[in-house]
Amino acid sequence: MSLMRGVVAALAVSLALVLQVTVFPHLAWQGIVPNLCLLVVVGAALTRGPQFAAVLGFLAGVALDLAPPADHVAGRWALALVVVGYLAGRVRQDVRPTAMAVVATVAASSFVGTSVFAISGLVLRDPALGVPDLLRVILVAVVWDVLLTPFVLPLVMRMFQALEPARTA
Amino acid sequence: MGLDKLGHRTARLGRFRGRRERRWSGAGRLDERSRPSRSLLVALVLASLTLITLDYHGGDDSPVESARRGVGEVFGPVETGTATAIRPFTAVPDWFRSRGDLNDDVARLEAENSRLRSQAATADYDRNRLQEYDGLTAAADDLGYALVPARVVALGPAQSFSDAVTIDAGSRAGIRPDMTVINNDGLVGRVLRVTSTTATVLLVVDTDSVVGGRVGESMEVGFLHGRGVVGDAGRLDLELVDESEVPAKHDTVVTWGSEDGAPYVAGVPVGRVTSVYSSVRESTQRAVIDPYVDFGSLDLVGVVVPSGTHSDRAVIEADGSMR
Repeated sequence: MSLMRGVVAALAVSLALVLQVTVFPHLAWQGIVPNLCLLVVVGAALTRGPQFAAVLGFLAGVALDLAPPADHVAGRWALALVVVGYLAGRVRQDVRPTAMAVVATVAASSFVGTSVFAISGLVLRDPALGVPDLLRVILVAVVWDVLLTPFVLPLVMRMFQALEPARTA
Repeated sequence: MGLDKLGHRTARLGRFRGRRERRWSGAGRLDERSRPSRSLLVALVLASLTLITLDYHGGDDSPVESARRGVGEVFGPVETGTATAIRPFTAVPDWFRSRGDLNDDVARLEAENSRLRSQAATADYDRNRLQEYDGLTAAADDLGYALVPARVVALGPAQSFSDAVTIDAGSRAGIRPDMTVINNDGLVGRVLRVTSTTATVLLVVDTDSVVGGRVGESMEVGFLHGRGVVGDAGRLDLELVDESEVPAKHDTVVTWGSEDGAPYVAGVPVGRVTSVYSSVRESTQRAVIDPYVDFGSLDLVGVVVPSGTHSDRAVIEADGSMR
């Protein structure tokens, strides 16, 4: 079962990544697209807890770092999504999260995730961008992710729940 | 019902075992959720940091590059396939805007327009170039180059703060790193790395991109830096080498070119001067350039290859013929 879960999770992340770089640029606002990989990781965190989500976050991040057309220093999205998976997993209660809780978690995760990525860039001097530019991108990204939450998160969470029959939370 | 209960109990088994262990170790009631896998988190964070260090200090020949290429070989064709699959749908808005034949007219006129514009834009440059031609006969070959046509299939998210795109032509099409990428409006960028079927192109608006530029009117040279913004507000900064020279508004900037045309061939129009700032303290001139290329809606591009390159697709030769 856990192998099955891993395969499905990897497929979900790959699908999210491909959609993110091919389909969504047509809808992007100044190149900023919803971070579907982050949404999948948050969905995993809310259903499966921090351990699984951190591992999935690492894999999704490495994929984001390496798949074309990525050109930043590899490992930065991996770091960001590990943190996101862990933190979002800590939010999970033993009751089903309400819709508001999910939206709030996504917003916080998106902010933390993109911020960690941006800060790692500041440390490495990878993008020579100013803090106001970074903040603008981070905030627009949060809005995008929250807008996509009602369409993506229920799907992702139902998927991970269906792969988890033994858990009685 | 009975079966259901059984499953329920099996699920709880793990927890029972946990409780027994706690009793043996004599520890108090630890909340399972308060300490979830701290060591795993540390391991993953360390793995990420290792990856960053490897790639950051490795530079161009870091071990990460081969991983990048491997992942690219897998994801590249998938991205190309998806982009091809959705292309009919991204064209849907156009159907509502105008009828098919009008659309064709618009496309034809746009193509003609950008051809004429690029002719007009390089007129100054060409005139100056002709005057200096005596010493430049060696560069004659540079004027004619072949193009491998390709389509943009994926754009990096702005959240990654780097402006790079994937095109659907790779090493099989004769593309190598450090080749110039243009479209019919002007300079797009340069090839960073290739897989067998795709290539990653760094756009000139990226903050890492530096292009040698030449003001067509005065032949002054300088360096063009990207600002990292792709939309309508995408601009380049031009720093002139000669501080006393002031570029005029609406002057055209073309590429200056490098040896063997790598990474940029000479004479490709880049953009138009929109404003000039001079800093008295640093005694430099900084001009803001509005690029001709609309980076928000990149689609068909051409990669400049040496004439006669072997390719898996039709190559547009310097004289306009297809091969």
